[in-house]
Amino acid sequence: MRIFDVREAITRAHHEEWARVIAALTRRFGDLDIAEEAVAEAFATAVERWPADGVPPNPGAWLNTTANRKAIDRLRRENKRDDKQQQARLAYDDSPPEPPGAIDDDRLRLIFTCCHPALAMEARLALTLRMVGGLTMPEIARAFLVAEGTMGQRITRAKAKIKAARIPYRVPSAEDLPARVSGVLAVLFLVFNEGYLATGADTDPVRHELTAEAIRLTRLIRALLPDDGEVAGLLALMLLIEARRPARVSAGGELVPLAEQNRGAWDATLIGEGHRLVRERLAAAAAGVAPGRYQILAAINAVHTSARDIRDTDWSQVVALYDQLVRVDPSPMVALNRAIAVAELDGPDVALAVVNRLENTLAGYHAFHTTRAELLRRIGQSQEARAAYDRAIDLAGNTAETAYLTRRRDQLG
Amino acid sequence: MQYLLSVIHDQPGIADPDEQAAIDVFNDRLQAEEHWVFAGGLCAPDDATVIDNRGSEAVITDGPFVESKEYLAGFWVIEAPDLDVAFTLAAAGSKACNRKVEVRPFRDE
Repeated sequence: MRIFDVREAITRAHHEEWARVIAALTRRFGDLDIAEEAVAEAFATAVERWPADGVPPNPGAWLNTTANRKAIDRLRRENKRDDKQQQARLAYDDSPPEPPGAIDDDRLRLIFTCCHPALAMEARLALTLRMVGGLTMPEIARAFLVAEGTMGQRITRAKAKIKAARIPYRVPSAEDLPARVSGVLAVLFLVFNEGYLATGADTDPVRHELTAEAIRLTRLIRALLPDDGEVAGLLALMLLIEARRPARVSAGGELVPLAEQNRGAWDATLIGEGHRLVRERLAAAAAGVAPGRYQILAAINAVHTSARDIRDTDWSQVVALYDQLVRVDPSPMVALNRAIAVAELDGPDVALAVVNRLENTLAGYHAFHTTRAELLRRIGQSQEARAAYDRAIDLAGNTAETAYLTRRRDQLG
Repeated sequence: MQYLLSVIHDQPGIADPDEQAAIDVFNDRLQAEEHWVFAGGLCAPDDATVIDNRGSEAVITDGPFVESKEYLAGFWVIEAPDLDVAFTLAAAGSKACNRKVEVRPFRDE
């Protein structure tokens, strides 16, 4: 077998099997540390041996067996694990998962443990990318622009708390499930957003590896919880945003706003898949299942991606969906995005009055000043627009966005 | 596995009769469901005394070891199989006593 094929087989096995093997070992040994170390060693062994021995017919089973052996070796070596340490095993519950339609899969337990609300959000992000996504420590550190040591400590601390406080290795009870699923989705959406609008001064403005990882993990959760509407909604939302990525940054490195994007460059396959998911959720909504925020956001993006030209956009539909979203999520950011749609329907002056009322809560966000700047420009108030662009440029963290805003400001007369 | 649920006091006054009644109901539940280990309400920090006998003689100081707006007003020690169960009980306890509750695991020794 050629070396290239072996490498590809290892990459594929890493994508497909990492979380599964980690999850199985965590259940067997009741310890995330042992599982992580043993699985990492098993993959290192595969890298050593597969080029010479060939790729095993069932790579997943091979990795599982190898990792199990590594874990047992380690336990034998330590051999000092006494009863006390045995008691520190993760609280594991093998009763079948409660959510209707959930697949009984250890990966689901793993995801809920990594995204437990007792852990700080940054720890949940790091732990999920490591244990479920299989990213290496340097990759995760790079993703969040922190030193590798800091990221390592964050993960070590999270694992220590899981053990000491006995965060269970279990799918939450039906009563807790909606809140816990929404916690998992929040983690994935944060990963996606950091990829889609990267904040670092020295990073690419769009970091495809993060958006792709977020989509991959959301697909996994969708496979495990096929009946959850918000999971479908978030996947659709990510796909419809990701579809526009090729048109989103110009050759000159500037962010291209929706209205100016070359819609021919959008990814039709992703849009098709996203629209299918949105239609599935619309059918559920018609049958009386109230949609949550991700489903509504996905529907808004479906309206945008259905228009061949910005002028074909059904703005009244967009505003109606935002009205629905405000009822689910009455946050000022939602009100701001609604105002952008209102500008297209009722005019920039009406929208500006709405936006100005949000100043108290949103003055620290660049999106607030960007929106104001664009509205002020449209009603001809150049001087005020310039000040708003200045403020937006100060606050924006994304290099492509800063470049775009600077040009818009300098175009003002 | 045992957890300490600390009641964090951040408002003036002790538990009023309604709160006390709700706490009694919650205590009954802890006992009925076999989570109960121990519980108690504490006097105000003003009534505390710190004793330091690490040196040649015990030094006695009036008042709490740390002055703070928030202080420990009471606690439960509960038995629970895992943190999710402890959270459910802490949420009910917080509602009953109408105060914040900190959940902290005992060391497994």
